Amino acid sequence: MTATVAPPEAEAATEPPVHRPSVRKRLVPYWLLLPGILWLLVFFVLPMVYQASTSVQTGSLEEGFKVTWHFQTYWDAFTEYYPQFLRSLLYAGTATVLCLLLGYPLAYLIAFKAGRWRNLLLVLVIAPFFTSFLIRTLAWKTILADGGPVVEVLNALHVLDVTSWLGMTEGERVLATPLAVVCGLTYNFLPFMILPLYTSLERIDTRLHEAAGDLYARPSTTFRKVTFPLSMPGVVSGTLLTFIPASGDYVNAELLGSTDTRMIGNVIQSQYLRILDYPTAAALSFILMAIVLIMVTIYIRRAGTEDLV
Amino acid sequence: MRWLRRNLVVILGLGTLAYLILPNVVVTVFSFNNPTGRFNYAWQEFSLDAWKDPCGVADLCGSLSLSLQIAVWATIGATVLGTAIAFALVRYRFRARGAVNSLIFLPMAMPEIVMAASLLALFLNMGIQLGFWTILIAHIMFCLSFVVAAVKARVLSMDPRLEEAARDLYAGPVQTFVRVTLPIAAPGIAAGALLSFALSFDDFIITNFNSGNTVTFPMFVWGSAQRGTPVQINVIGTAMFVIAVLVVLAGQMVGNRRKNAQPK
Repeated sequence: MTATVAPPEAEAATEPPVHRPSVRKRLVPYWLLLPGILWLLVFFVLPMVYQASTSVQTGSLEEGFKVTWHFQTYWDAFTEYYPQFLRSLLYAGTATVLCLLLGYPLAYLIAFKAGRWRNLLLVLVIAPFFTSFLIRTLAWKTILADGGPVVEVLNALHVLDVTSWLGMTEGERVLATPLAVVCGLTYNFLPFMILPLYTSLERIDTRLHEAAGDLYARPSTTFRKVTFPLSMPGVVSGTLLTFIPASGDYVNAELLGSTDTRMIGNVIQSQYLRILDYPTAAALSFILMAIVLIMVTIYIRRAGTEDLV
Repeated sequence: MRWLRRNLVVILGLGTLAYLILPNVVVTVFSFNNPTGRFNYAWQEFSLDAWKDPCGVADLCGSLSLSLQIAVWATIGATVLGTAIAFALVRYRFRARGAVNSLIFLPMAMPEIVMAASLLALFLNMGIQLGFWTILIAHIMFCLSFVVAAVKARVLSMDPRLEEAARDLYAGPVQTFVRVTLPIAAPGIAAGALLSFALSFDDFIITNFNSGNTVTFPMFVWGSAQRGTPVQINVIGTAMFVIAVLVVLAGQMVGNRRKNAQPK
């Protein structure tokens, strides 16, 4: 199991037979990789190729689909559904920012202040994972129900006036409005923000805090100049783990929203599974992938943690 | 005011925790509800009926056992394939290492719906019948990357000198692997397996696209959101939460005991 530099396979095959054992040894990593990589090539890469070909097909379900290199589908799909694209990015973006704002204090609390409660708090963050997320999302229907305690309180505090003015709610209801969808998205992806934040905060040497204090930095300055910059890897991976799945989600919009809050995931789902317009559905999902990959690349460049991959 | 400022982080953090736990509390409370009508969204009266008869709804426990079966097989498949890849990536230098790394990373960096839809495109084009096998194939595919990440992290932090020492003491390669390497990598493998199980058991989006008429537990819950939600769903949700907390706490206790047993 020594970490030797393995030459390419072709070269290995021409080696004299005396070195047979070492040739076999050099092939070990390839044998280890083969089954898993084959799985990914057949069930991840190949499907992408099939979907690409589907997106440039025309035809109907009855007569069958044929590859006609009809790229017009992409343009038509985008112009018809750009409101849903924009909405997805807006909802997912808002949810990501909220996750960061909500998740940071909890991650900080667990990393630095929890003491012997640390394990319990971590379990409480992870445990909801194991109750089906659909059941928990349905529970939000009860929590946000019309005339329920949450809506009453928000209404009494005039929060709903502000959110209605922002177009996030309508009148005295929260369910079936954008606010409910964003609330569900934030809730569902919050653990994906907290865990990477916690991991990167936990690695910080607390002596750095003491050092900053010794140099007369106020706690807020210490946070701004020491803690936060050192937690950047967590912030970056947390935002990615939140934003990417949120942008393609359709469960929250379906269960907590209305037809006015449909995200692009809802469109792709209904095109594939109900309307059965496969070319449009394939084109839509490729546009979504392209948008997400472009945004993620720009973000990673800006955030400056390219060693993430 | 000063008290508030000093404890701001604690208050905000516990607030977030409350936000995270609130739905679980609601699920638990409503598992004791006796709803009128098809939906279990409003509190009516206390009842233990659902707890006495958790399988009392048609197809519910069938879907649950199907989900468990798929999760077990997906976990085994993804853990075996993923652990092998992780070892190859950490322990060997070879060509295409960068390409393999990106191939592993991509499934985690892609909206789930894109993968779900592309798999459906493959199965439709190939004329493959959707059902148990297509779900299992899909689950192994998306769990694989997470196993690789978990095992890689563990093996990377492992001291290679331990294996050298084993060889110096005349342990063969197989003996070294079984007696030294595997036990050290075990927590990473266990974490990857646990993650796979949770991801597979709870997956909805990819299953929704590739299940055909097969109903897994998340599919059952999804359908019930349209047709009417039986109280039994809340019972199962509550039981899952409690079991998960107990399992994780038990795991931590075992871990702590091991840590304490080790000479410092």
